[in-house]
Amino acid sequence: MNYPYWAAIALLMLGLYTMIAQANYFKKFIGMTIFQSAIILFFLLTSVKRDATLPVVATPGTPSAAMMNPLPHALMLTAIVVAVATAGVAFAILVRLYATYGSLEEGVIAARVTAEPHEP
Amino acid sequence: MHRQLAILPVLVPLVAALIQPILALASPAAAWPIAVAAAAVTTVLATIALAAVLTGGTIRYPLGGWEPPWGIEVVLDPLSGFTVMVLAAVATASLLAGGPQARAYGAREPIYYALALIVLTGLIGMVVSGDLFNVFVFLELSSIASYALVGSGGGRALAAAFRYVILGTMGASFYLLGVGFLYAVTGTLNMADLAARVPDVSGSSLYLGGVVLIAIGLALKMGLFPLHWWLPDVYTYAPSPVASLLAPIATKAAAYMVARILLYVLRPVEAVGLPVGTILAWAGGLSILFGGILAIRQTDARRLLAYSSVGQVGYIGVGLGLANDAALVGAYLHILNHALLKAALFIAVGATALHVGFRTGGLGRGMPVTATVAVVAGLSAVGVPPAGGFFSKWYLLQGTLEARQPLLTVVILLGSLLAVAYMYRLTETVWRGQSAVPRVTPEAQPAVLISLVVLAFAIVAAGVGNTAIVSHVLTAAVPSAR
Repeated sequence: MNYPYWAAIALLMLGLYTMIAQANYFKKFIGMTIFQSAIILFFLLTSVKRDATLPVVATPGTPSAAMMNPLPHALMLTAIVVAVATAGVAFAILVRLYATYGSLEEGVIAARVTAEPHEP
Repeated sequence: MHRQLAILPVLVPLVAALIQPILALASPAAAWPIAVAAAAVTTVLATIALAAVLTGGTIRYPLGGWEPPWGIEVVLDPLSGFTVMVLAAVATASLLAGGPQARAYGAREPIYYALALIVLTGLIGMVVSGDLFNVFVFLELSSIASYALVGSGGGRALAAAFRYVILGTMGASFYLLGVGFLYAVTGTLNMADLAARVPDVSGSSLYLGGVVLIAIGLALKMGLFPLHWWLPDVYTYAPSPVASLLAPIATKAAAYMVARILLYVLRPVEAVGLPVGTILAWAGGLSILFGGILAIRQTDARRLLAYSSVGQVGYIGVGLGLANDAALVGAYLHILNHALLKAALFIAVGATALHVGFRTGGLGRGMPVTATVAVVAGLSAVGVPPAGGFFSKWYLLQGTLEARQPLLTVVILLGSLLAVAYMYRLTETVWRGQSAVPRVTPEAQPAVLISLVVLAFAIVAAGVGNTAIVSHVLTAAVPSAR
């Protein structure tokens, strides 16, 4: 059976649950990272082939059936860059949130936000 | 030159965004004019490109000379050309009005405009891309820049921005996973190539899973009920120039992607045993009702507009879900009309105050021009001729009748009644009501007024000229969905 795919699905569910159910913003962020990593794992799994080699290291004349598909790897390099950029922006926002409200708990921030004046 | 027309609307804002920080060293004051000029040039190029597409047919541009399906291609057909033109034109108006507003809230201008131009690059890139993975890259490009823009408001905007990061990433990741499913089953990412292979795989469960994941991811980005949770806070607490840039165009680009991928690439979506179209139409119908009802209850002008966006995007959802000729024309026309009217309303409210609470209504009594434009935009949202909104709703009504969905007909009419209620409440309290505080905002700055007046004329022109738009552009866009 395709056990690695089940592992990817388990990670997906774990990440999704953490993103939705955790009330702490940092834990939500961790969930997001797990979710993104699970998708990267899924893409890489689609290219895995038994007894196959990589096109960049294959000797000339290797039949294409004996090579792994390099495209998912290339795509996931881009996805990793995207994930890193998202993480950077998310961290910047978290740092400023903590500096402003002194907490990363959703409930605490919500209470302090409501206490702020909102009229011009 | 002809083929490059497809890629130029992406390159111009990208290059302008990249030179902003360098230029800021010499003259920070140049940031605003350059951003506006870049967006205006993009609009002109998009218009030329659309004209070229309408006379000469679809333009395909392979990036780096790698021919598809191996390389990434950029495709400009009547629908994507039309959408790019709408996005660029509305962004030009928002950036023009955003100058004085950005100065008022103390933005670090070169960075602000660089990010705004990256948002525009990402949205246009998404629309012209002919490759599913490239769409993801551009989607994230625009999203990451908009997270930073929203968060730049500080305070409660930060909390809104963080929830936007989480939910936006969730939407983009669902989309990416769906693309992975489709790639696993077809072995291609090129849209045209994929569309040709769909009939062979449309029975497979991977294909079905891909359709569902992509639909969920894009519906979340579009702000369709019940996936709209991120939207109200973002549009309420983002700095007002950011809200007036993102609110009109970001959800429209996502709506375009729903149309492009579900109707042109993954068709026939209804045939695989899951009524994706019907679900989309009803999600749209519920958006109209839910957004309208919640908009009436709001006590903050910006939040009212945000819920109105949920409702107005619902109309596009109904049209794309029903997917007959009249409904599609209505949905595409509403992409234009809603972008124009929401830009005008967010700019008008932003010009009146950073946040306008109803308890301090009457702040805008000294702003006759702004108030008039807000009323024109409000009439378009309600659907009063000759404002553009009437005609998109008219085509949508025809679409629901053709599809024999009388309940959706009723929903569209009810939506207009709800819009009457919230638009009346907004314009009456903000620009006419008695002021609780002893101050009245003076009329907006010239740049804001120019942008508002142009938008108001565009709203009416989109209504008066709707036959021309439909017969020249949109009818050319619709049949390729078959």
